[in-house]
Amino acid sequence: MSRTRALAAALHGVERPRRPSALSNALVFAWRAVLKFKHVPEQLFDLVMTPIMFTLLFTFVFGGALAGSTGDYLQFFLPGILVQTVVFNAVYSGMGLSTDLGKGLFDRFRSLPVWPLAPFAGLMVGDMLRHLIAAAIILTIGLILGYRPEEGLVGVLASFALLVAIGFGTGWIFLVLGLLIRTPTTVMTVGFTFLFPVVFASNIMVDPATMPGWLRAFVDINPVSLMTTAMRGLMNGGATVHEIGLALFAPALLTIVLAPTTLWLYMRR
Amino acid sequence: MNDLSPAGKPLFDDTAAQPAISARGLIKHFGAVRAVDGIDLDVPRGMIFAILGPNGAGKTTLMRMLATLSRPDAGTATILGRDLVGEPAEVRALIAMTGQFASLDEDLTGRENLLMLARLWGFRGRAAKARADELLAAFDLADAGHKQVKDYSGGMRRRLDIAASLVVTPGVLFLDEPTTGLDPKARKAVWRMIRGLADAGVTILLTTQYLEEADQLAARIAVIDHGRKIAEGTSRELKAQTGSGFLHVALADRERLDEAARFLEARFASPVQTSVEGAQLSVKAGSAQTANEAIAALIEAGIEPSDFSMGQPSLDEVFFALTGQGVESDPVVEDER
Repeated sequence: MSRTRALAAALHGVERPRRPSALSNALVFAWRAVLKFKHVPEQLFDLVMTPIMFTLLFTFVFGGALAGSTGDYLQFFLPGILVQTVVFNAVYSGMGLSTDLGKGLFDRFRSLPVWPLAPFAGLMVGDMLRHLIAAAIILTIGLILGYRPEEGLVGVLASFALLVAIGFGTGWIFLVLGLLIRTPTTVMTVGFTFLFPVVFASNIMVDPATMPGWLRAFVDINPVSLMTTAMRGLMNGGATVHEIGLALFAPALLTIVLAPTTLWLYMRR
Repeated sequence: MNDLSPAGKPLFDDTAAQPAISARGLIKHFGAVRAVDGIDLDVPRGMIFAILGPNGAGKTTLMRMLATLSRPDAGTATILGRDLVGEPAEVRALIAMTGQFASLDEDLTGRENLLMLARLWGFRGRAAKARADELLAAFDLADAGHKQVKDYSGGMRRRLDIAASLVVTPGVLFLDEPTTGLDPKARKAVWRMIRGLADAGVTILLTTQYLEEADQLAARIAVIDHGRKIAEGTSRELKAQTGSGFLHVALADRERLDEAARFLEARFASPVQTSVEGAQLSVKAGSAQTANEAIAALIEAGIEPSDFSMGQPSLDEVFFALTGQGVESDPVVEDER
């Protein structure tokens, strides 16, 4: 009986609060993303292991041959591996979204009177935090191995700001894939199939000077190359406004095109 | 029914005269299949209304449309006077839905799930925490509040899922198969919660494939099959449509079920419904006397009943009479029963 009373009490006398703002909605979803770090800390392991392996292997196995010395190669490679980390990590958020959708969690969110884009804004905030944490870990390892950002702290902060922008733009691709593809592992397969050529056919690992002409033509306009060039400039010195503008072009375009697409796909489901 | 708010002021003033749900000719296609094929529905306020049907009958599709999650291809509906298609945001503010699969974040704790929803509804700081704790207590989850949902049992999950729909007391609560997959004890606990909600004045539309569930909970039942409503009424009315005087026989030897069924079918010239798992037979027998004679004849033929009774038809028999076939239950679900 007391249970019935508790139930009645929980239903009666509930003042309907005023409808919160879109920003407040988004912050709740951001809080959810932060809680995920607390409850699933192992996700960070997935995010940083691959880039750490890449850094170690490329520096010590290929570095000397590619750049004359491992130290010189690390100096060249580290800003690029940060771009790769962020771009690859975006795949995981697409997988997370696909998982959430499969479980019906988003049905609950959709039947609530909240700003429809709020759940995605929350996912994005979580992604940005993941990108920053992963990048900080990799930079730390780079520093231990002997990497020195010539532009100092200001350069590092500026490069991390650019990384966040890159992650934000790239994130939309995988939110769209997460909405379109039902199984999380397929999201991963599709994501990496598309990303591997784009990431490897860039200037992250090697100077494209020795590539065949047709490939160099692609590498030169590959957004990943443009991002890497700007990252190098910001961290190692010599960044121009023009380079940063080029690096931001793809993220901006992706956001303009894919944010409305995401919303449309989500509302249409 | 309208005294949901503390001041005795009705919660939904402008809609007081409106039925909870009024739908006309709802249609939803998936490719060439008409999942919902022209359904009308009228649900008065404060009622528990059940939509009963086998798997694939269109129950979930119908409910998702009414909960604004899926757009009808044709037809109109209002929820507490608000137009489903024209005013989805207004409808969403008045309803809550608990889907067939727990819509919870498994990585978070039960309390964090409720806290998240309380904040999305606009509760702030301490008020949100108080609301989460109040709901946990009401749904017998206070001790489990700090456990991650992935460690919850099926019954706990279901209760949390329903609690999550009640952060703000909804005008209409949609429950899609609220007890599918639960053990009998957990099912009873969920039923108790649902009755409690109805007593508090919440209109509840639930779908179920369990005839017993509709019988136990709902004031009115709509039976749907292949996307169409084939009958509607109170449990008593539906049973009356089938007639009374049903003989239920359980057999000592389940191997002889078919034989017994043929025997009774011939005797009463009426279809016999069998349930293999309980070695049970049901048939319309008319009077107690003819039933008595049939049992005697059955024993004479060497088929031993372990138990028999006269009674109203079960909803199984009603469904059988309405559709000419039994309820095709999901075998997985059957196993869990």
